[in-house]
Amino acid sequence: MLVEVRWHGRGGQGIVTVSRLLAYAALLDGKYVQAFPEFGPERRGAPVTGYTRISDEPITIHSHIYNPHVVVIVDPTLIGTVNMTLGLVKDGTIVANTEKDSTTLKQNLRAEKAKIFTVNATRIALDVLGRPIYNTAMLGALVKASPIVTLDSIDKVVKERFPGAVGEKNVAVIKRAYEEAEKVE
Amino acid sequence: MPKIMGLTGDEAIAYAAKQSKVDVVAAYPITPQTIIVEAFSEYVHNGEVHTEFVCVESEHSAMSACIGASLAGARVFTASSSQGLALMHEMLYIASGLRCPIVMGVVNRALSAPINIHGDHSDMMGSRDCGWIQIYCENSQEAYDWVLQAFKIAEDHEVLLPVTVNIDGFILSHALERVEVYDDGDVEKFLSIRNAPFKLDPDNPFTVGALCFTDYYFEIKRQQVEALKNAPPVIDKVNKEFEGLTGKKYSYINTYGLEDAEAAVLCLGSTAGTAKAVAKKLRSQGKRVGVIKPWVYRPFPSEHLLQTLGNLKALAVLDRAICPGAPYGALCSDVVSTLYDNGKQLKVFNAVYGLGGRDITPFDIEAIFNEAMDVAKTGIVKEPLKFVGVRE
Repeated sequence: MLVEVRWHGRGGQGIVTVSRLLAYAALLDGKYVQAFPEFGPERRGAPVTGYTRISDEPITIHSHIYNPHVVVIVDPTLIGTVNMTLGLVKDGTIVANTEKDSTTLKQNLRAEKAKIFTVNATRIALDVLGRPIYNTAMLGALVKASPIVTLDSIDKVVKERFPGAVGEKNVAVIKRAYEEAEKVE
Repeated sequence: MPKIMGLTGDEAIAYAAKQSKVDVVAAYPITPQTIIVEAFSEYVHNGEVHTEFVCVESEHSAMSACIGASLAGARVFTASSSQGLALMHEMLYIASGLRCPIVMGVVNRALSAPINIHGDHSDMMGSRDCGWIQIYCENSQEAYDWVLQAFKIAEDHEVLLPVTVNIDGFILSHALERVEVYDDGDVEKFLSIRNAPFKLDPDNPFTVGALCFTDYYFEIKRQQVEALKNAPPVIDKVNKEFEGLTGKKYSYINTYGLEDAEAAVLCLGSTAGTAKAVAKKLRSQGKRVGVIKPWVYRPFPSEHLLQTLGNLKALAVLDRAICPGAPYGALCSDVVSTLYDNGKQLKVFNAVYGLGGRDITPFDIEAIFNEAMDVAKTGIVKEPLKFVGVRE
């Protein structure tokens, strides 16, 4: 089965990194992967997208992703400014970093059929890391919404990518985001 | 035992160069240079390789330094892209003319103007006739595998020609994929140190690159053509040895669904992967379509192409570079002349696509397949040269 994930964030928030971390984790799970950025000018603060493809079989397709199964909104300020649900498959999943209530979010996203999960990743990052770096938190929320990779593999690759205390703290962030992520009914 | 790694196309090429134990890398480290040399310079910095890394002031100088090192008997690697490759153009002919078996990773990107940093084949097609062996890869795995094989092909005494291993800019260079890498020891067994038939030696001086007017220039150029002709059996031999080591089968041409296809798409690089995915879907609907992907573009694999055609009635050739004023794109011209010379009645049309990184979508490719199936049915080509995915 092929799962296509689109990441929304801003330049400097680690969108490329998180799209790759998901791919590395899927590799550990024995999957085939692709992770690539939206190829544009790299400007801090500008809206950016990243992509991850995960499949049980070799992936030969090399076009952009037009109909993602999962959309992950890393930056909450993008909701309402960028069309997040563009091309999302009918029964797709949205994982959003937000502190807004679910009704407002649903209205803003205009996605009636999608499965929506929310998590206050900004709060978790500030609590655990002391800094608003919330890309890794979204990995935890994503696994809760759609178990396309194992949490074990995510932890392993995060510890490898960020050795020492930084890795440990990020693993804690991911665990908390996994626990706190909730489905919007 | 092979190891699974997540590598971008750039990283895969750098990793292969590392395992190939290159003696010298000369490169210009600024845009449009690629992450290939950035990754390699980290290996140098970390002491993981014993390579002389020469940071030069331009791509022209990079290739000049590579030529000097290669003539001294070194195993030499470099990488380039876009305007950098264009600036190198003059030295590319000298590398092949002096028979320097340099291997270069080329990340294919557009040429200015207007300024664009994205993927297309304009850069390499602009240097198509430089006398190098030219290989195009579909994914990171192929890029890694072909670099390892490229040194062995280039340095063979029957060939002694430089080789470019091409990957699509951004689409492969910046995309992380699953790559099976082999043990250092296995690579070392496959690729022993370079044995140069002649090398610059201060104690036994000789001249290279001497003046050669009307008396011998033509003969030297004729020999280069012969050297390229000698490459196919060597490529065969290296592909077989590589298969023995890795189980991976490489050749001049890779095909999909050709056993019963009536219509096919022929293209280079990563687009072939997307075409295979579309062909797979169409074949599951009972449509007889296939994909032809030349791995080796120079020397052009005419004989192999003729052998793969089977029952094909129509062929769409996809070019990711433009040949202004020519009847077709470069790849299609090669295909058409190969077919014409051999009396093949196969109907061909050319689709130029993806310039400046414009994405070629599965929907675009499905439309091309549909058109090819129409041509197969009617025998009529309505538009011999068309532009796909452009606003007109």
